[in-house]
Amino acid sequence: MVKERGTVVVAMSGGVDSSMAAALLVEQGYTVIGVMLRLWAACSARDNRCCTPDSMAAARQVAAQLNIPFYVLDYREVFRHIVVDYFVSTYAAGRTPNPCILCNERIRFGLLLKEALALGAQYLATGHYARVRRTETGEYQLLRGRDLTKDQSYVLHRLNQRQLQHVLFPLGDRLKSDVRRAALQRGLMVHDRSDSQDLCFAGENGDYRAFIAQYAPQLLRPGPVLDTSGTLLGQHQGLAFYTIGQRKGLGIARAQRTYVVQLDPAHNAVIVGGAEELGRDALFASSVHYISGQPPPSPMRITARIRYKSPDVPATLTCLEGDRAYVKFDRSLRDITPGQAVVFYQDEVVLGGGFIE
Amino acid sequence: METSIPTLSGRTSGGRVIYLDHSASTPVDARVLEAMMPFFAEHYGNPSGIHAQARASAQALDQSRREVAEILGCKPKEVVFTSCGTESDNLAIRGVAFAAAQAGKGQHIITSACEHHAVTHTIAQLCEHFGFQQTVVPVDRWGMVDPADVKRAIRPDTVLISIIYANNEVGTIQPLAAIGEIARERGIPLHTDAVQAGGYLDLNVDHLNVDLLSLSGHKFYAPKGVGLLFVREGIALLPQQTGGGHEGGRRAGTENVPYIVGLAKALKMAQDMRSTENERLVRLRDHLIQSVRATLPDAQLTGHPTQRLPHHASFVIPGVEANVLLMHLDLMGICAASGSACNTGAAEPSDVLLAMGIPPQLALGALRLTLGRSTTSEDIETVLEVLPAVVRRLSALQPM
Repeated sequence: MVKERGTVVVAMSGGVDSSMAAALLVEQGYTVIGVMLRLWAACSARDNRCCTPDSMAAARQVAAQLNIPFYVLDYREVFRHIVVDYFVSTYAAGRTPNPCILCNERIRFGLLLKEALALGAQYLATGHYARVRRTETGEYQLLRGRDLTKDQSYVLHRLNQRQLQHVLFPLGDRLKSDVRRAALQRGLMVHDRSDSQDLCFAGENGDYRAFIAQYAPQLLRPGPVLDTSGTLLGQHQGLAFYTIGQRKGLGIARAQRTYVVQLDPAHNAVIVGGAEELGRDALFASSVHYISGQPPPSPMRITARIRYKSPDVPATLTCLEGDRAYVKFDRSLRDITPGQAVVFYQDEVVLGGGFIE
Repeated sequence: METSIPTLSGRTSGGRVIYLDHSASTPVDARVLEAMMPFFAEHYGNPSGIHAQARASAQALDQSRREVAEILGCKPKEVVFTSCGTESDNLAIRGVAFAAAQAGKGQHIITSACEHHAVTHTIAQLCEHFGFQQTVVPVDRWGMVDPADVKRAIRPDTVLISIIYANNEVGTIQPLAAIGEIARERGIPLHTDAVQAGGYLDLNVDHLNVDLLSLSGHKFYAPKGVGLLFVREGIALLPQQTGGGHEGGRRAGTENVPYIVGLAKALKMAQDMRSTENERLVRLRDHLIQSVRATLPDAQLTGHPTQRLPHHASFVIPGVEANVLLMHLDLMGICAASGSACNTGAAEPSDVLLAMGIPPQLALGALRLTLGRSTTSEDIETVLEVLPAVVRRLSALQPM
């Protein structure tokens, strides 16, 4: 007989990670409730790619195997209002959004966590590759996942103390390859299902351009492509189709390799230049959030990530007034992109982060 | 296949699962199952054949049809066995509509604002793709149709009236006999979806003045996968499923003998115990309704206070979202529903509740508790303990 460890709601997607998370929690003696979020999707897509009838059936099957209750919660409206509207309005401002960050902060660890607690659960668990640690002083820290190739702490950096005290990441200490093997060993039908998708709502293959063309055609205002001295080089199809560092699909002929170096919403212009014009070694971030609840003493040596899949870069963090921060990198970076998050780390600990200005 | 029902009820309500969703489906009665069993592997002949095995099946089929006909007060040949209530509704509406249109009688159909989707979506398709027109007569705040509205809606080209007998979401019983009288005066066939009424209300087609009537077995302790349609002799009906001449040429396909035997047995049992069981259910239900209204003063009863199905209690509860409420109740070991079993998963207000004038926001908080043969007064007391506590907890949960 396993010891009663409390009740946990696990967010299930029908994928191998959340299924294994649920299985581990059951084995660890928790009372587990499986929940799947039904999220909004572009109608061209028929279904959000993370909650198709197929993945719902897969999650329900896993729940039956684990002998836990399972529910589908309809979050389509709220997802559309919070995540999709943010996605469109960020592009409208000439910036490049990361919807997963907001979805985690407001939907998964916002609304769903609240519902989980109301259900009488003490915890909400997900299949994210990240870890939570409670320090001797009672502070909750967010740590990178042990599997650095799968680490998802970047998209979780906006969680706060109130949220983290109720969060479990059962896969945080595991390697993805082990998770698949463990799922296979347990006979979970989902061991070979593919991973959940970023930009889950945007339709086939997560094609955000087709999505914008359909849902925010006002963003597709053609305008000039200029070089950094203001020379007109061509026409672009709308700022939302471009991001900093982009080289393909610019539709201009130039002898040297040409990159998007800036998006200028005030003039609806795409500014391009050579690789040497792309690099910057510093940025300002706003809406900066610190997981501890307090800005750390700064200047402070950190490593920072400026995109989900980009490597850590050594830098110096200076916390500023008004939830802003200044990050000075030790070397120049090519793809510092307004709208994306910059996330601050000290070794394996996530300090927090903000959005690049 | 895992068959246990996982809940947290061991922790919260003494371990017993309380099933209050009998309008969605009922368990197959043991005696019904027993009656069905010989017709799977023992008497398995196709009733259309001429050998001994076929005769045994044909005899069972005939007997089932006679038993059902007796309860409906009709001729055996007026009973068409189908696969479910939805199929019966489809066959009735499409069959009558297409036959009438073919005969040049017109393409107008009258229905009400509180029908099941099996009726509304079928008529909608006829309108969208086949040139039919419909008039939807309104319902009052109890979900009740006024026969005078039906009378006013009749046109020279009206070929069918379809009015539900008792509504699945709110339990209101319609004045069918009065509507039937009007229909008969004008020579227009009246169909009723009696799926929710089966086993609880008088099904005599002459008392009800109906020409077509749909039933579904699993609402009265027969299995899922069998239903029937009464078609009054002389009503022109274009078959919707063609093939062999089964069911008097009105529904082709080898008869599902064991299930039909089960349906007949279940309907007869329900008929035999109807008056005593209804009395018991009404007592329990009225206690439930009164106590819910006493402990949750904001909760409103939906549907008619007296002209309603004996086992049916339905409410709207302000500040509560139905699917969340149902999840909480399930975790406490109580199986309940919001209204239609076909609507779950989507947080959209029910058309029926909106037609009754219930505001959309309030309609999202629908709760339906439908009692059955296994329901005890202890079950009701447990619900009366759990429900107010859950509602208070949810009301305290602020939306984002």
